[in-house]
Amino acid sequence: MADDRKKLSMTLGESLRQQGVSRRGFLKYCAATASMMALPPTMVPAIAQALEKAKRPSVIWLSFQECTGCTESLTRSHSPSVENLIFDHISLDYHHTLQVASGDAAEAAREAAMHENEGKYIVVVDGSIPLANPGYSAIAGISNLQMLEETVAGAAAVVAVGSCAAFGGLPHANPNPTGAVSVGEIIKDKPVVNVSGCPPIPTVITGVLAHFLTFGSLPELDALGRPMVFFGQSIHDRCYRRPFYDKGLFAETFDDEGARKGWCLFRLGCKGPMTYNACATAKWNQGTSWPVESGHGCLGCSEPDFWDAGGFYNALSIPDSDLTRKTGYVVGAGVALGAVAGALNRSTRAKAAAKHETVTIEDLDKKS
Amino acid sequence: MQRLQDIAIKVESPEGVQASHGNALPILYEILHALQRFSTEGEQSCIDLRSLPFGPGDEEELLRLLGRGEIHMTMEALGESTIWETAFSGVWIVDHRNAEGERVALQIEIGSVPQIVFSQQEDIVDAIDRLAAQLKEH
Repeated sequence: MADDRKKLSMTLGESLRQQGVSRRGFLKYCAATASMMALPPTMVPAIAQALEKAKRPSVIWLSFQECTGCTESLTRSHSPSVENLIFDHISLDYHHTLQVASGDAAEAAREAAMHENEGKYIVVVDGSIPLANPGYSAIAGISNLQMLEETVAGAAAVVAVGSCAAFGGLPHANPNPTGAVSVGEIIKDKPVVNVSGCPPIPTVITGVLAHFLTFGSLPELDALGRPMVFFGQSIHDRCYRRPFYDKGLFAETFDDEGARKGWCLFRLGCKGPMTYNACATAKWNQGTSWPVESGHGCLGCSEPDFWDAGGFYNALSIPDSDLTRKTGYVVGAGVALGAVAGALNRSTRAKAAAKHETVTIEDLDKKS
Repeated sequence: MQRLQDIAIKVESPEGVQASHGNALPILYEILHALQRFSTEGEQSCIDLRSLPFGPGDEEELLRLLGRGEIHMTMEALGESTIWETAFSGVWIVDHRNAEGERVALQIEIGSVPQIVFSQQEDIVDAIDRLAAQLKEH
């Protein structure tokens, strides 16, 4: 325990030197960190200078109404590996799934981390919070709402990981039986960073934490509270298939000539034009590929209410009410409006609205 | 357990379909301009290839077009890094891998030598102490 405390008080530079890592090794580490944070390589000296003095922040990870997919994503992060992240970058003091302690001992660890790092620790949240009835989701007899408010009170910042924590996600989808809300709807007095995605890209999760560690501040955010560096451009704008869209070459089915030749998947329901995320560059599975490269359109999982946005295979069939807001993001990001507005013409909107049925609990009961 | 890179995955393009998506050429122009700047003004530059939205085959095409030059190095620091000069003098590839052999950064550096190759002052100070201590033993 004393060793752990000593390690926590050391700077990252000291910690790495103690492990016998050379300056060259440290600079390589900084180059990888810059790449992970999507910062240009020219930033490496500045990152080295900052990381040299950086201290590992305490991180408390809270899981509410979620599927553990976000944690699964994080544990598949490879640069740095989750081991590096836990032992070098941060001090992960509480995480249901990853910690050894359970029951009262686990809750005691959370309280100890909060007490010892008052005002300095980061709270990471995955999952939405049910407001309809606290009994829908509780941990150690404490409701999600109470645990969130209590833990965030002394935090420096909150990172809402995954679309459930950022926007309500699947639990918030119609008819939202638990009254699920996002972290940002509850926490108003602390900075909240939304790292959306279902799940988010692993290096985007670690990139945001590394940014806080490196610069001691949060990255620049977009209108939805997401880091601009990862969510600043649409999937469509960074898609390597974009030239096919511009030429009007589309796959019409998943096994036609266009699909085999890797043409644009817009007509197969790709939500790339209205989705902001880093999939096209960060990619998935250790940089192997990403959905569009695998031949499937983007589902739009990092956007609010994507579960309620109509069929995944309908070309941009989004609920009418969301249209103005989503087109607004596109304009704000400086993307050519014509492409999206043209696609979202009146007939598409009418069709989308007609297809988008509102399902109530009574309807579900009738069907079962 | 088998690692992802050990599983043989081969992307087969139908006959007559381009093997890359044309993203290599714009990068080559960027490299040309950077090399001109380095030659006339001495300005070094670096391109992070992982920040580019490459399609299948683009990276392979770019590395093929750049070719191999006279120098090839490996560096052992937090995993193996491979560094080589391309067929174009002053254009270097720096491929950083972690201890598990997974790529953590892939950069094109334009300059006389990639910055990471130079001995670092902190390591030199440490080397003086170690060498002096070793001499004391004799």
